[in-house]
Amino acid sequence: MLCQNCGKYEATTHVKRIINGEATENHLCSDCAKALGYGDAFSGFGNIFSDFFGSFFNGPDLGALSAHTLRCEKCGSTFSDIVENGKVGCSDCYKTFYDKLLPSLRRLHGKTKHEGKIPNIIQAELSTEDKEINEIEKMEQELKNAIDAQEFEKAAQLRDKIKEMKDKEAENNE
Amino acid sequence: MSKWYIGAGEQNDVVISTRVRLARNISEYPFPCKLNTKSRTELNNLIESTVMKDNKYNLRFVEMKTMARFEAASMAEKHIISPEFASDADGRAILISTDEDICIMLCEEDHIRLQVMRPGYALDEAYELANEIDDNLNEKFDFAFDNNLGYLTQCPTNLGTGMRASVMLHLPALTISGQISKLQTTISRLGLTLRGAFSESNGTVGDIYQLSNQITLGISEKSAIENLKSITLQLCAQERQAREELLKSMDTDDAIFRAYGILKYARVLSTEEMLRNLSLVRLGSVSKKLDLPLETINELMVSLQPASINVNAGQKLNKFDRDVERAKKVREMI
Repeated sequence: MLCQNCGKYEATTHVKRIINGEATENHLCSDCAKALGYGDAFSGFGNIFSDFFGSFFNGPDLGALSAHTLRCEKCGSTFSDIVENGKVGCSDCYKTFYDKLLPSLRRLHGKTKHEGKIPNIIQAELSTEDKEINEIEKMEQELKNAIDAQEFEKAAQLRDKIKEMKDKEAENNE
Repeated sequence: MSKWYIGAGEQNDVVISTRVRLARNISEYPFPCKLNTKSRTELNNLIESTVMKDNKYNLRFVEMKTMARFEAASMAEKHIISPEFASDADGRAILISTDEDICIMLCEEDHIRLQVMRPGYALDEAYELANEIDDNLNEKFDFAFDNNLGYLTQCPTNLGTGMRASVMLHLPALTISGQISKLQTTISRLGLTLRGAFSESNGTVGDIYQLSNQITLGISEKSAIENLKSITLQLCAQERQAREELLKSMDTDDAIFRAYGILKYARVLSTEEMLRNLSLVRLGSVSKKLDLPLETINELMVSLQPASINVNAGQKLNKFDRDVERAKKVREMI
């Protein structure tokens, strides 16, 4: 049987957990078992379970954690480092592990979209983006008018210009 | 002007002080848990030299390692820095104003923990100043920020606004009438926390509580402050109502004057005994039963805790000597 966490390696550890009367069973490979704190039967559970903050990350979905693993390019943290310490290593970790962190953030805060203050410099960038999007919308309307009026040469020019702006926007977003 | 932790501000019969704290990180550096002492010291020095270019808020830079352990602990007793920050000086520093009402902790849990403190109930005022200082710092540093997650912090509990706003409340009547734990449950459902400020072995003492916002993601600073203001004022109203009942009884009168007697005449006074009796004396003062200014009570409360006594004595005293010294100071002041 393959590990239920990473799906890549042979499962060698069988973990049975009973939480609030609900039993869950998982078959894990040795690496995943270690990363999830079941590494050594003699040392008991890893500190994932003893750490208060870490406990926020203990979702029922073990598949959210993977041992073979993604590391943050900037600070070298893995997701299990973050889970164990309850501390995120750097700002890039939030990008690298965004999907994995999201359920825990929802449990912590109830919401996952920031509201409130935006640094002035980012505010300025956002409003330039808005302006560009408005520009495209305006030109699309013009294009529609040009087609309706059968001004095809003008329409072709507008179409090329819109494509150029959209490509530029997509590039910026990458 | 007296310091914020001594002065008496608005709603001072219940609200002792206000604090607003913002957590920020500089985007190009890993968070403090990933920095060694040397890198943290370098980062602190970089922040210092950049802030000192205009030094708009007249801040002084102090490296924690230059401070005696009990001096740092005394600052934590006054709530100028966090107890955790005081406990480990390694690679840590503060930028602090002369009045100690602005204190920026460097390399605490985040690179920058900016705090503004005020006497009494002053949430709007404290937030406005914190926000202004934040703008000033943001002109100099690029803060870690994400459009979805807001300001990025080392601990995910502070993501979003990175703001923790709190008021310190004196709630003796709600404590005596046994309503605190019920209130704590209700308040936690509203995304806020109410917890005892002074913990001793047998629970909280002094009837002083800290009310703060818990949620930082998905709620704007303004809404969080408005929530906190509304709950603070409701707690003030409930406390006043409970006091009215309590103060009708001769037992309460007796308790207030006995507490005053102990503080006035005791020769050996532990922190716990002082805080317990100061709570009743504070109640006596705001209800005009005792002629004792609130500033004096506030000063006793912050300046006679263990580490602060050591600071006044200029050395680390043993517990008994501190208790004797405390009793002497209290007698002199009331």
